[in-house]
This record gives sequence, C-alpha cells and structure tokens, in this order.
Amino acid sequence: MQPFTTVEGIVAPLDRVNVDTDQIIPKQFLKAVVRTGLGQGLFFDWIKNPDFVLNQPRFKDATILVARANFGCGSSREHAPWALIDFGFRAVIAPSFADIFRNNSFKNGFLPVILKEAEVDHIFRAVANHQQPYRLTIDLPSQTVADNAGWSAHFELGEFQKKCLLEGLDDIALTLMQDQEIAAYEKSHPVPYRL
Amino acid sequence: MAAQTLFEKIWNDHVVYQQPDGPALLYIDLHLVHEVTSPQAFEGLRNSGRKVRATDRTFCTLDHDVPTINQTGPISDPDAALQIEHMRKNCRDFGLRLFDLGSHEQGIVHVIGPQLGLTQPGLTIVCGDSHTSTHGALGALAIGIGTSEVGHVLGTQCLWQVKPKSFEVLVNGKLGRGVSAKDLILGIIGRIGTSGGTGCVIEYRGEAIEALSMDERMTVCNMTIEGGARAGMIGADQKTIDYLRGRRFVPSEKEFDQAAARWLKYRTDEGAHFDRSITFDAASFAPQVTWGTNPGMVIEVTGKVPDPAGFDDAAQRESAARALEYMALKPGVPIVDIAVDRVFIGSCTNSRLTDLQAAAQTVRGKRVANTVHAMVVPGSWQIKAEAEKLGLDKIFKEAGFEWREAGCSMCLAMNGDMLQPGERCASTSNRNFEGRQGAGGRTHLVSPAMAAAAAVAGHFVDIREWANA
Ligand code: SF4
Repeated sequence: MQPFTTVEGIVAPLDRVNVDTDQIIPKQFLKAVVRTGLGQGLFFDWIKNPDFVLNQPRFKDATILVARANFGCGSSREHAPWALIDFGFRAVIAPSFADIFRNNSFKNGFLPVILKEAEVDHIFRAVANHQQPYRLTIDLPSQTVADNAGWSAHFELGEFQKKCLLEGLDDIALTLMQDQEIAAYEKSHPVPYRL
Repeated sequence: MAAQTLFEKIWNDHVVYQQPDGPALLYIDLHLVHEVTSPQAFEGLRNSGRKVRATDRTFCTLDHDVPTINQTGPISDPDAALQIEHMRKNCRDFGLRLFDLGSHEQGIVHVIGPQLGLTQPGLTIVCGDSHTSTHGALGALAIGIGTSEVGHVLGTQCLWQVKPKSFEVLVNGKLGRGVSAKDLILGIIGRIGTSGGTGCVIEYRGEAIEALSMDERMTVCNMTIEGGARAGMIGADQKTIDYLRGRRFVPSEKEFDQAAARWLKYRTDEGAHFDRSITFDAASFAPQVTWGTNPGMVIEVTGKVPDPAGFDDAAQRESAARALEYMALKPGVPIVDIAVDRVFIGSCTNSRLTDLQAAAQTVRGKRVANTVHAMVVPGSWQIKAEAEKLGLDKIFKEAGFEWREAGCSMCLAMNGDMLQPGERCASTSNRNFEGRQGAGGRTHLVSPAMAAAAAVAGHFVDIREWANA
C-alpha cells in the first residue's frame, strides 16, 4: 500500500449530502477484475453534465475532494476509492462517512478526513470565494488541514489507522504476527459445519 | 458475569487480539464470497504467494452478474463471463467450494447462507457485500466488507474492527394487517435516517420482532445497512432453531440438539446495557413507498410526495429537490396516483418463499396491467423449486409476470435485467439510488405485496384495501 503522509493540492467541491457509491462508480464498472483504470467511471452519470463541478477547468488538477455528510454510503464496492484514486484524488473531506467506505479508503492509502460541519462550510465558502484554485494541505502526522491564509483545522483518527497509513503497512503481514493466537483460537473453535 | 448484549457475547467470543487503544482482531467463522468483489482479492493473494487460510469456512457463489434466463447456457456479456470464469478458477486454484450455476445450491449469497445452514447463531460472518447484515437475523454478527478486507480474511481468517457501539431498536406491540417486515424497516430508516446507525450494531428487539418469521427477520436485518449501521441482529429463539433443523451444513441429528442448546444462548441478557436505544410502536407503521433517491426518503402509502420547502435543513431541502427532479415527481401528488412501468420482485431483501407467497396471494386470479412489465426472480434455485411445488409460478405466469431463474438481477442491474432511462419501477429491492436499476431509471422501494398490487393496478395502491389481501 502507498504510504500517506502529506498532501498539498487543489480542492474540488461536491456540495451534496449522502453521495452513495453507486454514484461514485456505477455498476457497469464493477465487472473489472483489476483495481486500475476505474477513474473513467468516476461519477459516470454526473460527469456527463458539462456543468458538473469536476468538468470545470479550475478543478481539473484537484487532489482533494470536499463533500457533505454521509459520503460513501450504500454499496461496499471498493471500486469507489479505487476510482477516486485513479482519477487523481488523494483525500476526501466531509463531516461524516459511511463506515465501509471509510475502511476501504484506509486500505488504499486514501485519506477520509472528518471535519466539523462549520469547518466544512468554511472550505466550501473559501472555494467559492477564490478566483484562483483554493489549495489545502492535509498533514497526517499532525492531523491537520490548513490553507495558505492561516486557516487550519484538526481531525481525529485512530492511532492504529494512522500508523498503517504512515507506514503503508501490508495488513496481512501485520495480522500474521498474531499467527499463534489465531491458531490457538482455531483449535478451540472447530468448524461448525457438516461438510 | 455481568449481563451482556447479544453483540457483546459474539464480539467477546471472537477477539483474537486487541490492539491497545485500537481495533480488535476478530476471528471470522464464515466467509461468503461472490464474483464481483473478489477477483482483486484473489489476485493479491496470488501475487504474494499466500493461500486461503480456512478453506472449510469459505464458500463461494455466483449471483451478481448471472443471467436469469437460461442461466446454464452461454453468457453473452463478455465482461460478466470473464468475472464468472475468474471465480471458478479462483475456487479451483485455492481449493474452495463453489455453488456454481446449475447447482441446486446456487442463489443470492445472502439467501443461500441461511438456507444452507451456513449462517448460525453466535458466528461471525463476513462477505464483500454491504447486505451481509442479513445473516444477523439468525443471531450472528455479520459485517459487510470491501475487497481489501476480503483479501485479508482469505489470507488470515481474521478482520480488524474498531468495536462498534450497540444500538437497541425496540419495537413494541403488533404490526397492523397488511404491514410487512419491509414496511417496518423502511419506516425505521425513514425515522432514524440513512446515517442514523453509523458506527453501531443494531439489535432489533420487542414483541413485534419476536413475532416475525425468519424470512421477515432477514428482511429487517438486510436493510439495516441502509440506516448506516455496521450490522443488524436479532437474538436466537425457537424459531431460529426450527428454521435451521435439517439444513445442509448444520450438525447432524444427534449433535444438532447440543448445538441448538448452545445457539439459544445467543440472546441479550435481561438488564444488559446498550449504548443507544430507541423505541417504536409497531402499530404506528403503515405500508411504505419511497419517493426519492435514498431509502430514507420514504412515506406512507396514504401520503403525498413531500414538498422540499418543508424540510428544516438546507442540505436536506436541496437533496429532496434534486431527488424529485430525478424521480420526475411533483410535491403534493398522492402516492397512490403514481403510475409504474415496471415491477421487480426479488433481491436479497425480498426473494424468499414467504415473500413470493405474499406476492402470489395478491395477484391470484388477476392480470398485470397492460402498461406494466413485471417479473419475479426467486432468491435461489431451492426457493424456485419450493415455489413451483406450491404452484406459485403458475399464479405469476397466469397473471402475466415473467418467472425467472435465481440471481441479483434488477436489484443492481449488472446482468442485463435493467430499467430503461425514465422508466418507473415498483421494486422489492433495497436501494433506490439514482441509476441503481439502470441509468435514468426511477425506483420506488416497497414490500412484495405492494409491488404485486402495483403491477395489477398500474399504480401504487394501499394493500390494506386490496380484495385478495
Ligand atoms: S440482491 Fe442486490 S443487494 Fe442483494 S446481494 Fe445482490 S446486488 Fe447486493
């Protein structure tokens, strides 16, 4: 997994609540058998609209997406973070995320940042008020989001998740350090099936 | 020992290792796998030279992509055919059991788990699919996961999880006549919201829940994910035991009673503490119809399409307005005046035998309106066979429904069964997101009986006033 430490880049605003993973990447792209190339399916039905925010030239090189509450709800498809990453995003900021989407993001070195409603409002306003693309820096070690004008906000994250992201740890190898405990568990809990 | 919730019992049973101040490593008793969310996981395993750790706790099926007409014939969609071939090859290479097309055991992953007796009280269950919550209906802790986690469980038979909060949803009293489990769960989601359960495991309790059949309990737990919760569950009782007896993978005769005694312990103890709790009166729920583009946008069948201006919050106003535009609905229109073009009875929410019976009862001796195209897709081949034994297929066909083979079908429309742009569908599935059943398609979620009645009437009707009901 690609480690995540700091991202500095342009912010693209997606001013919607409950953005579900069917919108992030619709079903026709789920027939892929690889993880790459899914950027072409990102927001597939919305991006057909020339006015859709990601079609505006000033957001073309955005690496940070900002959205409203409950981002990533619905289907568990990991194709959602894969598509966001393939499109060029490294992080998404929202007041809340659906659990499975958030987990899937961590596994791919893609950072879901939870900020307070008021802080997210601030970012939407800043993007709207700037003629030039609005840029933010997301710094994982210090758990902060900051702009060049002195505004900053703190975000929470579990220590374990943070460590995995910073080091780009391979989960399976990490887990197998507990191999003895797993084997002991298996011994005392036989398979409950008549096979 | 202190009184424990059902969730705590299973959780504590399965913690293999606890990170200080972090997630726990949970042992997974059952891993269900399907063709769409697994290819990249197997690829990862292959690239790192790893094996599947517990091949006797891993079971695979084909459901999301599969045709529902002539399923064992050649598959015309090359991408679907490739994904299906990948699943077969992965099962061969890694030594896993596959419920392949043409086998009596094939069906929607969340339908066949309980049906084959793989889903049992007290187990931890995962699947690369959000509706894994279904299995909680048998007193299990069942969690939907992503593809990286699928790979992780294949390789380690464990899952890292931050301990969720416990959330009691207590439903007192009795459901009214004509009000189904689907109406109950849609009504609950309407009240708690689509993120009302985020970070929680919901346990449904109370008189109305105990009165539900196993099929109905599965409907309720199935849609728990639409309320944002990580899992939904219901304590095991005699109905659970009776349901499991004699199923394919449960322990045989003499060991069964021992297992049953153990299973009955998977209930919340008297006086156990939940982190959150909410109480509903079952009698307060009426048949439900969704009007918008997420399952929380739902209203009673006697209601009208809401006016976005009536929502307190600006973000909600805007998303309601956007939803009405997508759904091509005007505020104030009575729900029963909404005409439908298509009817879909199926999906892991409502494709079990009792769902099909409720729908068949509704249409017996009637005809599908000539403006409507309607289909029934049983959740598994076993259900299809049971339904045919009862003559349900004849009732449906005589009424003008298509009677299909088992699969996910138009629930997510990956297999070619789909809405055309602008078509409006009464669907017994679980998601009414934009384009879910086909780009530009408009989905209204309802119960099986309500969907069946809409097929005949050509528009929504209050099932409580239906002559066959
Ligand atoms: S029926 Fe629908 S919700 Fe259920 S597993 Fe299949 S696609 Fe997912």
